[in-house]
Amino acid sequence: MKIAIASGKGGTGKTTLSTNLASYIAESRICVLSDLDVEEPNSGLFIKAELIHKEDKFKMIPEWEKSKCELCGNCQAVCNFNAVLKMGKMIMVFPELCHGCYACSELCPTDSLPMKQKKMGELKSYKNGNLNFIESKLIIGEEQAVPLIKQTIAYVDDNFGEDVIKIFDSPPGTSCPVIEATRDADFVILVTEPTPFGLHDLKLAVETVKQMRIPFGVVINRHGIGNDSVELYCKEENIAIITTIPNDRLIAETYSQGKLLYPTIPSVKEAVISISEYIENINSQKEGETK
Amino acid sequence: MKEIVVISGKGGTGKTSITASLAYLGGEDLIIADCDVDAADMHLLMAPDFGQSEDFYSGEIAYIDQDACIKCGKCQDVCRFDAIPVIDTQYVVDPLGCEGCGYCARVCPTDAITNSQPKVGEVYVSNVRTGTTMIHARLSIGADNSGKLVAKVKNEAKTLAEKENKIAVLVDGSPGVGCPVVSSLSGASFVILVTEPTVSGLHDLKRVYELVKKFGIKAGCIINKADLNEAVADDVKKFLKEEDIVLLSEIPYNVKFTEAMTNGKTIVEYDEDLGKKISESWTKITDIVGIEI
Repeated sequence: MKIAIASGKGGTGKTTLSTNLASYIAESRICVLSDLDVEEPNSGLFIKAELIHKEDKFKMIPEWEKSKCELCGNCQAVCNFNAVLKMGKMIMVFPELCHGCYACSELCPTDSLPMKQKKMGELKSYKNGNLNFIESKLIIGEEQAVPLIKQTIAYVDDNFGEDVIKIFDSPPGTSCPVIEATRDADFVILVTEPTPFGLHDLKLAVETVKQMRIPFGVVINRHGIGNDSVELYCKEENIAIITTIPNDRLIAETYSQGKLLYPTIPSVKEAVISISEYIENINSQKEGETK
Repeated sequence: MKEIVVISGKGGTGKTSITASLAYLGGEDLIIADCDVDAADMHLLMAPDFGQSEDFYSGEIAYIDQDACIKCGKCQDVCRFDAIPVIDTQYVVDPLGCEGCGYCARVCPTDAITNSQPKVGEVYVSNVRTGTTMIHARLSIGADNSGKLVAKVKNEAKTLAEKENKIAVLVDGSPGVGCPVVSSLSGASFVILVTEPTVSGLHDLKRVYELVKKFGIKAGCIINKADLNEAVADDVKKFLKEEDIVLLSEIPYNVKFTEAMTNGKTIVEYDEDLGKKISESWTKITDIVGIEI
């Protein structure tokens, strides 16, 4: 069971929700939390667990081997990203532009552009009791988040079975990184805040998950600030509001210290319990269907 | 002509509310560019008229002509992005997965695959209520935010600013550290980092500043919700000092900050005390950048 926690707007509480929910679920069963916001991963700041594994993550880019190259220029011709250029008697590769499609390499008549590994980030796996936490971080200067997100999901899939609850803390926005992070999910929780910015970006996020045909529900964070336009919108569109979390300075202060909220703040605990029950319901429905 | 870029690394720190306030203070001397094209919100405070709009096309996407397809599966074999699934016995392109590398079309024995340039968004040139022009955009859902649309918005803004002899372009930048923010930063004269004294705020500030450093751009920092956590606020200030980043102002935690946005106003219009903090930053910024507004 894969749950993606996403939002159009940044800073609405994705990480807060992911870390609290995963920690709560892990009190009673095995749970995986994976931070897919590889550009700015924050979940790890809230999770106290032991590092059990780390590995470098690579993307594959072509590397020119001069000896056999006949300078036919086919590599440059087949690259749609201007990442391979023939300059005089040299072939130059621009790794930051390369998407790793292999076209130049595999279509080279003399095999002069073998694909080589280039480090793009690091994956770390932590464990604390039932809670498994997987985090990947993109190297600064690497511009493409998608390949790292893909490999992180693959790591989670390879290491944990279907029956385990997996929570994915997704990147913000509605473009390729968030699509990659949510496309395999069984359910998406959209976290928003009841403000004009929150509503505007929620609508974009709703369009996105609808296009991917993934069932979803909304959690309204900082409830009480702003206005009721998000609630009205959800009602009009028949979107389930799973729960609300109140606007509370104490929540902001506790969060600022890098602490989990539900152990000390009852309103958050209530919210986390209702989300976890909601997920259990979907999970048993899903299991019913497969049986 | 100067270029002032506001970024934050972490979302929800108040970047857009602050940028809109600076836009209000700068008035008609500025051209505004909303480069946060993935979740553009600045227009909600600036009352743009969406006067001109233009479709923006970028990249490529594959299409398989089913009449010409002989179902050999070569396209699927070479696709590194798992973007050619078989649905109802037909090889089809998943538009959300396709990176537009064109490899599939090159190996197709019957030339059944063509590539076309998809519309990835719209660019708008709007008159806004601060008496100037704002360039903004909307990225299509699931489109590749490769930074090209960001670059387009910025370049339009720069060209217009030069043509109209404006003093500066004010840019609302993108979150994160990937391509869109790299595009937002290139060519900047000064970067404003908006942060908050939370462990995540500080963590993201450090990461995004690493990127700013690579560009060698002078930076200043606004700490929002500054009184939320004194210890972390001290850590933020220590970091600023070490990196020689100018502390522009400290804005206290105040629900009026969000109330202003709910009312469609900038902070400087809505609350005098919070407004003073922003004006104070603006004075410092214009001093450092060397412009008179």
